[in-house]
Amino acid sequence: MSNSKKLDKEEVRLMKGNEAIAHAAIRCGCDGYFGYPITPQSEIMETLMEQEPWNTTGMVVLQAESETSSINMVYGAACCGKKSMTSSSSPGVSLMQEGISYIACAELPCVIVNVMRGGPGLGTIQPSQADYYQSVKGGGHGDYKLITLAPASVQEMADHTVLAFELAFKYCTPALILADGVIGQMMEKVILPPFQPRLTEDEIRKNTPWATLGKPANRKPNIITSLSLEAEEMEAINLRLQAKYREIEKNEVMFEEFSCEDAEYLVVAFGTSARVCQKAVEMARSEGIKAGLLRPITLFPFPTIALSNYADKVKGMLTVEMNAGQMVDDVRLAVNGRVPVEFYGRMGGIVPAPDEVLEALKTKIVKNN
Amino acid sequence: MKEEIIIAGFGGQGVLSMGKILAYSGLMQGQEVSWMPSYGPEQRGGTANVTVILSDERISSPVLNSYDTAIVLNQPSLEKFESKVKPGGTLIFDGNGFHKFPTRTDINIYRIDATEYAYANDTTKTLNMIILGGLLKIRPIVLIENVLKGLKKSLPSRHHHLIPMNEKAIQIGMSLIRKVE
Repeated sequence: MSNSKKLDKEEVRLMKGNEAIAHAAIRCGCDGYFGYPITPQSEIMETLMEQEPWNTTGMVVLQAESETSSINMVYGAACCGKKSMTSSSSPGVSLMQEGISYIACAELPCVIVNVMRGGPGLGTIQPSQADYYQSVKGGGHGDYKLITLAPASVQEMADHTVLAFELAFKYCTPALILADGVIGQMMEKVILPPFQPRLTEDEIRKNTPWATLGKPANRKPNIITSLSLEAEEMEAINLRLQAKYREIEKNEVMFEEFSCEDAEYLVVAFGTSARVCQKAVEMARSEGIKAGLLRPITLFPFPTIALSNYADKVKGMLTVEMNAGQMVDDVRLAVNGRVPVEFYGRMGGIVPAPDEVLEALKTKIVKNN
Repeated sequence: MKEEIIIAGFGGQGVLSMGKILAYSGLMQGQEVSWMPSYGPEQRGGTANVTVILSDERISSPVLNSYDTAIVLNQPSLEKFESKVKPGGTLIFDGNGFHKFPTRTDINIYRIDATEYAYANDTTKTLNMIILGGLLKIRPIVLIENVLKGLKKSLPSRHHHLIPMNEKAIQIGMSLIRKVE
């Protein structure tokens, strides 16, 4: 919203976060979407079906028979160097974990969207952030990481769709957009990204020479697999993956600060929780409490250094999440005991209200200083 | 200017679409807007509600625990949201089917018998627009011309011939609303 030139050129629209993802996918030249409906993200595929991009950009939109199937369709499309994506909500993303681990090991780019709902189990359909561990600590087996983006507005749902594809292709690794039911279902103003054409087959051959698009006579066959029976070979793959993750940690950390300049107390939250906390920080400021908010935009890579720097500046930190306390572990690791870190959360589909957060800030952090 | 509104009632009364029309009207007058529905299973026959925020500045939380204005269209919604109106704020209710009425004395309470009117005059499809008219009479947060622009933007063009009917419903709502002393 800060770019006023952009405002003049591109129309400001009002839409749901889920709809914004669908429109952004078409506009950024996505080749294929494969999904299975589940609340609270069904509008993503519904919007794609309404837009019929197969008639305009040639993008494929396909309802698979299950989430297991849709992630494997993504795997197949990604092998061909195509921009492919899927979306689901918590229980559906759990079903995809095997495929995600395979795609990460095969070093293929793709985008996965998780509009989280309350769990565990089939849970509820209301918003939650309880898949943080699953997203950033490796939901499937093996040592892998997903680039994990945490949008906190409808605008970011659109922007992160474009960004997720860029990062996925830059590092040949799956990127995850970790949203929740609030961001998926709410309507806000959004400026959609500009149209980019889908890549041609020649462009794909040039940009992603590893793609399995048919072997020309002048090169060896491209083989994409996540299987290596030799342990030494598998360790080499692991070392390569780890080097890539360190590179991502070095280059791609994103976070946003709000009223942090003179903050004595730091609230840390992502996604919807961060929006609620921003209001709580405004309320705290109006009562003379010097609070600030740090919102991680990338959950992997995590803003560890930024948080570590605040450990010497603030008297205490409060992490707020819609779960039982997951990201708080990473905040504590970042500050390594130098400052007290407390937690406030709601579970099972309940979104905390700003006054609850303010109360928690007062009783858990401010009171003890 | 910032107005934080909750609209609550039964699914089917047009609560979510009324919120949408308000949000589009805010968009038309260049404001920041957010529209956050309760999208739970309660939408089917139970209570539905939507939080709408119109603001001149960036909106922080789309989820609130107190409101400048509450519009309640059934008894459970009154019980849920009467206590959540900020002191000095506004509560609007449609008296149809209520057996317990608002009791707070530190807020402004208005009654609009829109359901009764709509059934008597066979205009139930524009019930929510009658109520929106009532709201705009006492809280002119958006201009009617922007409501009409918003309708034009949010409705597919095959429905644009219905806009005058909606404008009329707004006018009716403006004349129906009464302050409860």
